[in-house]
Amino acid sequence: MPLVGCHHCDAVLVEPEVPDGGAAICQRCGGTLFRRQRATVEITLALSTAAAILFVVANAYPFLSFEMQGQTTRTTLSSGVFALWDGGRYVIALLVLGTTVIAPALQIGLMLYVLAPLHFHRPAPFAVEAFRLVERCRPWSMIEVFLIGIFVAVVKLSDMAEIVPGIALWAFGLLIPILAGGTSFLDAELVWREIGDLD
Amino acid sequence: MSALDPTLTSAIGPHAQCHVCNLVVGVPEGPTDGLACPRCRTALHRRKPESLSRTWSLLIAAAICYVPANLYPVMEVTTLGVSQADTILSGVIYLAAHGTWPLAVIVFIASVIVPVAKIVALGYLALSVQRASQWRPRDRARLYRIVEQVGRWSMVDVYVVTILVALVHLGSLANVEARVGGFYFGAVVVLTMFAAESFDPRLIWDQLIDDADRDAQKAGGDDDGG
Ligand SMILES: [Zn+2]
Ligand SMILES: [Zn+2]
Repeated sequence: MPLVGCHHCDAVLVEPEVPDGGAAICQRCGGTLFRRQRATVEITLALSTAAAILFVVANAYPFLSFEMQGQTTRTTLSSGVFALWDGGRYVIALLVLGTTVIAPALQIGLMLYVLAPLHFHRPAPFAVEAFRLVERCRPWSMIEVFLIGIFVAVVKLSDMAEIVPGIALWAFGLLIPILAGGTSFLDAELVWREIGDLD
Repeated sequence: MSALDPTLTSAIGPHAQCHVCNLVVGVPEGPTDGLACPRCRTALHRRKPESLSRTWSLLIAAAICYVPANLYPVMEVTTLGVSQADTILSGVIYLAAHGTWPLAVIVFIASVIVPVAKIVALGYLALSVQRASQWRPRDRARLYRIVEQVGRWSMVDVYVVTILVALVHLGSLANVEARVGGFYFGAVVVLTMFAAESFDPRLIWDQLIDDADRDAQKAGGDDDGG
């Protein structure tokens, strides 16, 4: 009988039968044990590809422009980081860079790197290390929090000047549900079985 | 049909669970020093090493940083030569005064309440484990999962400052500069996130295992609740 462990409370259980698309809940602590998603590679691969395109758009174009007495400034993700860096706020600049650019980029890029070869049932070299890094990056990828930050900034500036949303703002808006979907359709156990050293 | 045998966990017994890929691995009894997960090659630990002392040190550091994070301004706004320093709280008051209540409430909860609640909740969880509490383990486990999820939202103020600094730099007309409060605030968020990661929620259940073992021995170990 295959055993499965609960990573919330450490109960070791006999693996329950779970229908496709369902999730197993730990009887002891109520935490989610795993999700069963047989088409996980195809679904998450499609979502990660969409996320990659949107992420490039979100980074390449300004998300807000600010007009005041004939002067206009625009901001992209990286221009915010540069402005902090120029002002001598190095630690905060790195924190913002890490949580809004590096962590999401790693999360999306490494997911593609792990899943695309799996579609052909051929694990990529260092897939184990890459997938481990994906899981480590997830809590540090904070794009949805950044979007709320944009709304707050717009409200704060609205009676000072004219604020115009840019293309990147729409890309952000789409990116968030797609990233969330990628996480909820991911059957990590299935991926580990495919890429891991066990047979 | 019940798949749960409450005495079967990887705290002491013949199994350890990989904390990265969740594989249940058969191991010799006792410490798992030097063993690695056969599937993902991560070092195997029955529990996160030094979980409680790490959690406490990070929590104390976060609590210390929380004070300057709220006392010092996070940014300075200059319009037409007049400068005004904004702390986290004065930013919330500004939002409320400008009639955007929902946003003011969100920012107040995310920036002021969440960090404190997170420090208190993790401190309580660590204390409950140290005192071998038996009280409502399911709810304590749920509390941990909430704490783990909610901490990231505190970053919202750091992002607001970033965006304002990037957008408003029109010299004497209008200018926003970041101030040192943001550094402490970011430190609070990062430290509490690491604290949540260091805490091992499986510790909540260990005391109950000891008791279940004792009960099973008393009853002669023939009971299968189902
Ligand atoms: Zn559990
Ligand atoms: Zn493993």
